Amino acid sequence: MKHLRALNKKARRIDEILSSNDADVVALQQSPNPNRPHVPMGCSLAFSPGWEVDAAGGTAGLCQPVERDIYDCYVTCFWPAQVPDHVNNYPDWADKCAVATKDWRKLDLVFP
Amino acid sequence: MNVTIKHSYRRGEFHQFASSDRRFLYLVPAGAIFEIDDPAARVIDRLGKGTASHQELMEELAAAGMEAPDAHELIGELFGARVIGSGEIAPTALANPPDDFPLQSLVMNITNQCNLSCTYCYEFGQDKIATPQGKPKYMDLATAKAAVDFLLKQSAGRKAIHITFFGGETLMNFPLLKDIVTYAKEKTAAEGRTVDFSLTTNATLLTPPIVAFLSENEIGVTVSMDGPAELQDKRRVYKSGKGSYAVVEPRIRHLIANHRTRAITARVTLTDGVTDVVRIYRHLKDDIGFHEVGFAPVTSSSEADYAITGKDMDSVVAQFHALADEWLEYALQGRMHGFTNVSDTLSELIQGVNKSHPCGAGLGLLGVGPSGDLTPCHRFADADAHTLGHVNTGLDRAKQSDFLTKGHINAKYDCQTCWARPLCAGGCHHEAFVRYGDTGHANLHYCDWIRDWTDKCLRIYGAVAAHNPGFLEKFAERKALS
Repeated sequence: MKHLRALNKKARRIDEILSSNDADVVALQQSPNPNRPHVPMGCSLAFSPGWEVDAAGGTAGLCQPVERDIYDCYVTCFWPAQVPDHVNNYPDWADKCAVATKDWRKLDLVFP
Repeated sequence: MNVTIKHSYRRGEFHQFASSDRRFLYLVPAGAIFEIDDPAARVIDRLGKGTASHQELMEELAAAGMEAPDAHELIGELFGARVIGSGEIAPTALANPPDDFPLQSLVMNITNQCNLSCTYCYEFGQDKIATPQGKPKYMDLATAKAAVDFLLKQSAGRKAIHITFFGGETLMNFPLLKDIVTYAKEKTAAEGRTVDFSLTTNATLLTPPIVAFLSENEIGVTVSMDGPAELQDKRRVYKSGKGSYAVVEPRIRHLIANHRTRAITARVTLTDGVTDVVRIYRHLKDDIGFHEVGFAPVTSSSEADYAITGKDMDSVVAQFHALADEWLEYALQGRMHGFTNVSDTLSELIQGVNKSHPCGAGLGLLGVGPSGDLTPCHRFADADAHTLGHVNTGLDRAKQSDFLTKGHINAKYDCQTCWARPLCAGGCHHEAFVRYGDTGHANLHYCDWIRDWTDKCLRIYGAVAAHNPGFLEKFAERKALS
């Protein structure tokens, strides 16, 4: 720590924990077992299955189908490059897609 | 629909203090002490005026000439250490100690008899809670051995254990004390462990052979004494009303001159009319020669005639401050000062304690009365309502759990917003019972005093950490037994 000087045992413990946290971002991205698939970090932390993978590194065991992803980008997640703007210009874009897992083929491209 | 949440920072839970022109924080949820530099102080001062967004803090720091990456790092550091936070800053609930918390200390009330009749005595005075009728007056050897065996069994896993002898007047059962020292030493040695001893006495019965025994066996001695003759004789009297000073003074001088293996400590009880702290300290430390002198206001219900009045308490606090300043002067010169109240608090600050309970009573420490009844500590000896079992039948876990649940800091509503709670945790269970009829009640009558005193000791800590940090190490291993 640069701005806080630890003066007792408890403060030094906090210092140690914070210093070890510095390495954590890298640590999370490195699989402890090199044989395991690379699991990207992201929306999956918010229990919103989408582009993450299952425990085996595939998509077969996801609790929701990958197609569900499209609505995550469309409604709940700010990812405007991937889907049409439903607020102003294309409010009807998903009208034909009642259930994403069944009707996702009905989603079309838009040409602004 | 997109929802934008505006994040803003606010101050975490800490107590600020300054010392030697430096600024410090006592981080409450942890008990951690940090010195802060100017940029950190700037952030804290800014958040003192109200919450601020990350951007606002960045601008504030930029205005002070800080580069953006450095400012970002500073905010991250303060956030990581929880000096600042976002959203609601709620106190973190402290976890319960483990159920099988091993015993470390046993306070053995080897007799409930006393040759003095100190008028403020919590055991015999008007606020007594003991019910000794029909119970043994002196602990017998079988009970005492059973108590030691109980301690050994309950402290499994601990390398070192501790026995304190207490009374009544402890030395009225000196023959038993001698036997138990021998017995406990043999038993612990056989298990490859160690035991150390201490005792509290009024010093009236000290003789050269007793002093020789205490020194030989490295038994720590605390003498209950209230000061020079006219103060000591005010309330520390025989049944006849005669004061005890003339009897104890030569005996204590002999004790201090001949007991060379452990520090000899005086424990002063402040009562109405006995509030001359500095004068008492000078007498006991400089004239008599005690190594340390500790003070505590008497435990009493608010109506007791020996209770200290509010005005006198102000004077006590002022005198505590004067002695504390002297303590600091000594510390900066690398010298030990004998004012126990500072030394004890500092040893807890060094560790950064964050207590779930005010003391070890009922947890790592138990009292055992002459009958073998177990109690949370010696202050509950012989009090039927507070018994936690018996040395022969073991600890009553349900009663122990009830006592500890009541006394837990999480159960003390008033303490939740107090920054001094890591050290105080609501204060003495016994005092709470005498005052409020409930061992789990926070001792609200001395909150201001505790906060004032903790702040004073923090400032001393800061000054010593700044100018003579090595000195603090002397207190790192100190056991704050009282």
